[in-house]
Amino acid sequence: MERILFGDNQFFAVNHISDEKSRAQSIRFKDDESIIRTLDIAMEKGVNTFMCTTHDRIANICDIIRANPQKYADYKIFPCMPYAHKYANAVTELGIAGTLKQYVPGNFIGSLFKGGVAYLAKDYLSIMELLIDAEMKMFKGIKTPVIFLQNVVTDLLLGLGMTDILVAFHKYVEKKYDAEAGFITMNMPMLLEKLEQAGIHNPIICSSINLAGFRMSGGKEAYEQVLKTKKVRAIAMQVLGGGAINPKDAIEYVCKLPNIESILFGASSSANITQTVNYINEFDKQLAGS
Amino acid sequence: MIKVALIGAGKMGISHLSILGAHPGVQVVGVCDTSKMVLDVMEKYAKLPTFTDHEKMLDKVKPDAVFVSVPTKFHYNMVKDLLNRKIHVFAEKPLCLDPDQSADLVRLAKENGCYNQVGYHNKFVGTFREVKKIVQGGFLGDIYHFTGEAYGPVVVKKKQDTWRSDPAEGGGCLMDYASHVIDLINDILAPVESSKGSILKPVYSNNVEDAVYSLLQLSNKVTGVLSVNWSDDTYRKMSTSITVIGTRGKIISDANELKVFFKDPKLPAGYSKGWNVKYITELTEEVDFYLRGEEYSAQIDYFINTCEGKVPNTINTFHSAWQTDNAISIIKKSSK
Repeated sequence: MERILFGDNQFFAVNHISDEKSRAQSIRFKDDESIIRTLDIAMEKGVNTFMCTTHDRIANICDIIRANPQKYADYKIFPCMPYAHKYANAVTELGIAGTLKQYVPGNFIGSLFKGGVAYLAKDYLSIMELLIDAEMKMFKGIKTPVIFLQNVVTDLLLGLGMTDILVAFHKYVEKKYDAEAGFITMNMPMLLEKLEQAGIHNPIICSSINLAGFRMSGGKEAYEQVLKTKKVRAIAMQVLGGGAINPKDAIEYVCKLPNIESILFGASSSANITQTVNYINEFDKQLAGS
Repeated sequence: MIKVALIGAGKMGISHLSILGAHPGVQVVGVCDTSKMVLDVMEKYAKLPTFTDHEKMLDKVKPDAVFVSVPTKFHYNMVKDLLNRKIHVFAEKPLCLDPDQSADLVRLAKENGCYNQVGYHNKFVGTFREVKKIVQGGFLGDIYHFTGEAYGPVVVKKKQDTWRSDPAEGGGCLMDYASHVIDLINDILAPVESSKGSILKPVYSNNVEDAVYSLLQLSNKVTGVLSVNWSDDTYRKMSTSITVIGTRGKIISDANELKVFFKDPKLPAGYSKGWNVKYITELTEEVDFYLRGEEYSAQIDYFINTCEGKVPNTINTFHSAWQTDNAISIIKKSSK
């Protein structure tokens, strides 16, 4: 993985501290062209990986990337699935069965709900595989070396003790897409422990890691301890703590932590992209020299 | 260790189950639902004992506390049964379809010495807690108006009917979405006493309202506006906000950001005259396990702490949920 990954929250009005900023962002990034322009700015600064949700609009971005093979020859996308609000809103309206009927392709769910039959564990894993395939369709022909499970699903399964499904995800994306599995979580120490117990070693885990300790469940110290003592390919996200921390201090903090392979950040303006990339490069250089 | 069982493994139920599963002070002893598929998954992957009959489950696993997250119309009978068995109850919102039934559950919980809580999670959101502190501290002066709002994209086109589109089962925007806002108004300001007029407006649904607009008066005679719409797809997810204006200041807050204006120098600690902005990042306490927002974990931590006798049973009690059910009923009546 590259040191710096570019995120997509700003494109889809995801702002953890302000609904007003969210709206401003959804106005600013109304056109796909404006998203591409921002990705290009990041690319000029040397950021060649876009880590994004499987949002409907990403399909258009993928079309543009495929249409310009030379320009995006080295470009990679790390898909993060699923786009949870799509399913959450559907469950509120249609219930769990109705949602599966709507989103799982083919007749699989119809036959599953006819009832009376006992199902095998592999039937449920087949549903998961069908859902993964549906979400991956839009990335055909684009390099996706790491495929992530979104935190709401990772953490739901983690709390339910369904580590087997996380392992199945890990195996399936490797087998079908020749990709590594990544897990986004808000509970990194707990997840790593469970994955290790299930035989997944040195996994890719993306979690909030920031100076303020924001969304570092179980405490900042527990995270630092894991990074210092365990084997994990960590990606730090929300490094600015939702904008609550001074960028320079924020980035110095994550750059100095051990075991952080990549830093994920998103920004809308050229100035903010440049500033963040420069800080990361600067602190990395300092540390390499020290 | 508190032994907890769940009745109703739908969207909220499964979310509760995951948080409970990660809680070090909880042992999940049973899950009850009508969906064979959901139970099958729970058995195969979460290794939990499952049941289709909640009474059989209670007889067998003898839980200390039960989470009830079934459609509202089933709450009354189920919760009554639990309280009579002296089991502590966490029920999803709204508590009952009829406020008289809620009042009955308040009485039963008291008689049987059961701890009781309802899932109005906004009360565990840092910004809204801060709003309550500022308002109740008198820092806004004499309050004369409020606006409570919630918007989101639940029903954004005409679709097939479910229990959410059946008013007899607790469906509709008033019970589902607006109840959150009403509950916040009741808690931060004062219980709703009357409505000067309400509009329950269908947008895409056939049988229920998709939007609620109402002029409210509270028991302390403060008046304000309720405006809720779950068919607004300019929002990515549910967004709840409250605005309160008084003679000495004004506060506008949603779950992420709190903006408050103070006219004069008598201020709460950490604020200055004029506009102040605070973010959830500084107003939230970290939780041990995070799923969908700190508040979902915090409300469960609070309930478990209550069951362990560590904290008093004062937030989101059946009593406060009864007041919310009462307000829902007032709004319904005034719309006719």
